[in-house]
Amino acid sequence: MNRRAFLLSGAALVAVSVEARATPAEVARLIAALTEGARVVEGGMKLDLPLLVENGNVVAMSITVDDPPPGQHVESLHVFAEANPLPEVLHVRFGPAAARPRIATRIRLATSQSVIALAKLSDGSFRRDSVDLLVTLAACLD
Amino acid sequence: MIWLLLLLLVSPAQAQPRSGYLDAGPDSRAMQDDDTANPAFLWVEQGKVLWGSLGCGGCHGDVATMRGVAARYPKYDAVLGRPVSLARRIATHRAVPDSEDMLALLAVIGLQSRGLPLAIDISGPARPSYEAGKALFHRRQGQLNLACANCHDDLAGRHLGGAVIPEGHPNGYPIYRLEWQALGSLERRLRQCVVGVRAVPWADGSRELADLEFFLGARAAGLVVETPAVRP
Amino acid sequence: MARTLINVKKTLTRGEAFEIRLLIAHPMESGQRRDSNGQVIARDIINRFSCTYNDMLVLEATLFPAISANPYLSFWAVATETGSIVMTWTDDHGTVQTERVEVTVSA
Repeated sequence: MNRRAFLLSGAALVAVSVEARATPAEVARLIAALTEGARVVEGGMKLDLPLLVENGNVVAMSITVDDPPPGQHVESLHVFAEANPLPEVLHVRFGPAAARPRIATRIRLATSQSVIALAKLSDGSFRRDSVDLLVTLAACLD
Repeated sequence: MIWLLLLLLVSPAQAQPRSGYLDAGPDSRAMQDDDTANPAFLWVEQGKVLWGSLGCGGCHGDVATMRGVAARYPKYDAVLGRPVSLARRIATHRAVPDSEDMLALLAVIGLQSRGLPLAIDISGPARPSYEAGKALFHRRQGQLNLACANCHDDLAGRHLGGAVIPEGHPNGYPIYRLEWQALGSLERRLRQCVVGVRAVPWADGSRELADLEFFLGARAAGLVVETPAVRP
Repeated sequence: MARTLINVKKTLTRGEAFEIRLLIAHPMESGQRRDSNGQVIARDIINRFSCTYNDMLVLEATLFPAISANPYLSFWAVATETGSIVMTWTDDHGTVQTERVEVTVSA
């Protein structure tokens, strides 16, 4: 193997390892594609996740959006994880029978990272909240 | 005075055992506290179905009549001359199709005793099994040369990595363990512990495992049944 | 058919917001794990979920492998008329499962 081939194989290895995890840049791209330049306001919603995660396999998550101004409603919710193998976690679209814009579920988090949630309002604008959390490693693995 | 001394001699090392529930995080506890949020109840539902389809009700009636049973297991069987786990007792009555079904039955039967204190009878002929289990609990083994007691008695409450070391009581089994994302048995947990110290796990159905589980049940005296518990 | 646990208050008052809560027995195999031979375990997740109330959409969701095994979902609807809440989900094999709950709404 000559030097160039060696360097290329090294680059390929890096590419593989990058592929195995999402990156903040990748999440930023997905969010840009979602919002398409619309206004994104920080807050007005709560992404609830533990700051210290006991086991990354099952992490309780809830998202609650503050009531939008009269005449508007929350159309959808979107959750991204910056360092999971795949950046997307969940997309939810609410219909006319929905009540308060709130959902709770349980998610997997591969490692300590930022989780970002966006809510799309019916006027096309977005709200955003994020949590930086620490995933501790289980001492006794299967 | 002599009575007091005797009492002190027979009382276990820890005055009051501490449930692993108290060492679990708030989210795990919340999951256990609410039956509609506890995934173990998927197995409980299956267990109710099996209770009917396997014909358990033919002799026992409603599964609610099982209240108190799980709190008394493992139970010393004088005929076999060894302690018998609830799973083994069920298996002597009915051929349970697979291990998931057994977990489901253990969950629904264990649930009937929820809130009752563990009451393992170690008196009379059962005493040697208790002593044998206790000896295993204190026996160093594996490449790490650790006994159960080294962590779960001596270092309980301290940390291993990010996790609090629990006292290692069996009062919530079968448990929904977040690490497994599934319901699992005490045997599964013990196998992991033993592999964790790089020792060879005891075979399912072995005398050692029966004695150890019997000791663990007695060691947890004072705790109430939490089945099906949630643990990290 | 996956076992499910669905919790909904069955008797409601018109205009009341009520919670729909469910657990579905499913491994949600992420497609990221390997077996003991080093082979990738094929992805097998519930990828679509929807809930309607008297044929009106409550919500629909796209789920990814980051959703934990035995998925838990909780969300809210507004009581309007007596009728059915229908939940439908699809897994990676294309299997569709539907569960129905009847609710009674009084004025």
